[in-house]
Amino acid sequence: MTTRLSRALPGLRAGLFGTRANTLVTLATLLLLWQIVPPLLRWSVLDATFAGEANACTRAGACWAFVTAKLRFIVFAFYPPDLQWRPLLVILLLCAILSASALPRFWGRSLILAWPLTILACWLLMQGAFTATPIPSNQWGGLPVTLFVWALCFAAATPIAVLLALARRSTLGGLRTFAVLYIELMRGTPMVAILYVAMLILPMALPDGLSIDKMLRAIIMVTLFWAAYIAEVIRAGLQAVPNGQTEAATALGLGYWRIQGLVILPQAFRIVIPGIVNLAIGFLLATSLLAVIGIFDLLNAARASAADPQWLGFYNEAYIVVAVIYFVICFGASRYSQWLERRLGNSGAAPV
Amino acid sequence: MSAQTTFRRAVQSVAAATFLATTMLSGLAHAGPTLDKINQRGTIKVGVGTTPGFFTPDSNGKWQGFFIDYGRALSIAVFGTPDKVEFTASSPQQRLPALQSGEFDILLSGVTVTATRAFKLGFHFGPTVFYDGQGILVRKDLGVTKAADLDGATIGAQSGTTGELNVADFFRKTGKTFTPVTIEDTGQFIDALESGRVDAITQDSSDLVGKRTQLKKPDDYVLLPERLSKEPLAPAIAGGDDRWLELVNWTVNATIQAEEWGITSANVDDFLKSEDPAIQRFLGVDPSFANDIGLDPKWAYNIIKTVGNYGEIFDRNLKPLGWERGYNSLWTDGGLLYSPPFR
Repeated sequence: MTTRLSRALPGLRAGLFGTRANTLVTLATLLLLWQIVPPLLRWSVLDATFAGEANACTRAGACWAFVTAKLRFIVFAFYPPDLQWRPLLVILLLCAILSASALPRFWGRSLILAWPLTILACWLLMQGAFTATPIPSNQWGGLPVTLFVWALCFAAATPIAVLLALARRSTLGGLRTFAVLYIELMRGTPMVAILYVAMLILPMALPDGLSIDKMLRAIIMVTLFWAAYIAEVIRAGLQAVPNGQTEAATALGLGYWRIQGLVILPQAFRIVIPGIVNLAIGFLLATSLLAVIGIFDLLNAARASAADPQWLGFYNEAYIVVAVIYFVICFGASRYSQWLERRLGNSGAAPV
Repeated sequence: MSAQTTFRRAVQSVAAATFLATTMLSGLAHAGPTLDKINQRGTIKVGVGTTPGFFTPDSNGKWQGFFIDYGRALSIAVFGTPDKVEFTASSPQQRLPALQSGEFDILLSGVTVTATRAFKLGFHFGPTVFYDGQGILVRKDLGVTKAADLDGATIGAQSGTTGELNVADFFRKTGKTFTPVTIEDTGQFIDALESGRVDAITQDSSDLVGKRTQLKKPDDYVLLPERLSKEPLAPAIAGGDDRWLELVNWTVNATIQAEEWGITSANVDDFLKSEDPAIQRFLGVDPSFANDIGLDPKWAYNIIKTVGNYGEIFDRNLKPLGWERGYNSLWTDGGLLYSPPFR
């Protein structure tokens, strides 16, 4: 540790004060920090209220008592409080399956089977299956919805994306044209527009008497939308696999699907993992757009929590809570991606 | 409410397109009357917003607010209990198209009644339950009691909204002068007022009342009585179900009529002994009237007993935020609330 520190110090000095420009930037940064940190500290700690009712909070400092009172609502939104263990279990299940998917040692057939089962379990849990009263999806909200929509849409979009990517590289003209049209149409449309389609156009297109739950409609459309983006990333991976691989597999007498499934896709996936994780982080943040169709995702629940007349206007505190939750997930994902890249790189598994 | 003003044009075009699509598709997917759907489903689907006092979830995730209470009253009118109603928050941009597409049975989200919405978009409006309008919030130490006293004042308005134009019109009309300060972000209004950069701010009064409670010293500021624009907020439903519309109309009227008679949730049982035939009809002591119009004789009684009369609904949800009754008083008190007779 000390050797690392002593090695780092001269480098630090050179980096911070090495040239005149560096010195100026360093000083400017310090000045900025000096301007920002003390008021922030005063607001968040010294003048803050940590417990009590809303009227105990002064507007001068942060009101962390608000967070104590509202954390339940921000995380679970409208879900009935006495059944709260259900969304909590959903969060745990999703964390478990995401962690398992993250570790190369679990990669395999059973993981692919575990995904649909986990999603089904989550859906049943949220829906209130096996209780007297089903919980309609307009009472779902907060973190479980954000995570569930994210995981479900991503999981469902990936197989579609693989097919789209293969179709786009296919030699069958009609199939290729369809894939190109689909991908470009989806990528040329904002996600908000897709959500409006789910909310407003889809119900009108359905036959009378058949109505699909709003949450499900949103999930279907978001899945179709994300599939286009993932397809492009996977296509990049497919193109990075040298042609010799296909030729060698053909020479061994393998058919198209076995070549793709056994030879090409496993290699392509390893190449595109950083790209896919990057997309996943972007998609997690994009789930906050669900608010425009009235779904109370994490961010929307936080916003609503500060509109309660008893706790009016503590938007800063609400947004800070949400920012922390998003940051933990996204930072974790990005560190993971770096770790995985190193690991796969070291093991030599990824062909170049 | 003011955020929607900017979006109004967009809303209208989206809604118009949706309406057109619905009309064309109606041959294919003809939705039956709203009330049939409600009875079949067993719940009323209500679109709401998120404005403090009008509709907000409390810490337990239960909806509370002025319009929420009207949703519960409707549930009583249809099903006899206040909980057969699903509230779903809806943004100003999507609520009208969502109503048109049948996503909601009714909007209790503070929709302003306008001619375009009624004629062109084909919406029906129930009675105005809340008379909103653009207001002015001023520092008390200026000693101003009415808008006309604000000669020469500096007034903050949100840029690009009708609010900015309305205040200019108002001063031109009254022949006074003022210095406009346009503010981009709605969150900056509070800062501008507290730092003394402006003497007053102007927005829809429902926004201003919410803002006032966020000030460090709310009691140092006062909302002037004038309204610079008319924003009558009413329940909105899609066309094509007259009985549903009447049920909405008379549910609202019942709360107003009850206040006029002085019937509250606390004393409604005493009124059952009333000798007044009108009250006997209203509360179902004489069931022939309710039978005649095809409602449960106890419907009005249940609404008042559970939700209360208009004044109680107002006092419970809006008074704590500092709302005065103002225009939302009974006609007998100089306000605009007036229920047609129950007979």
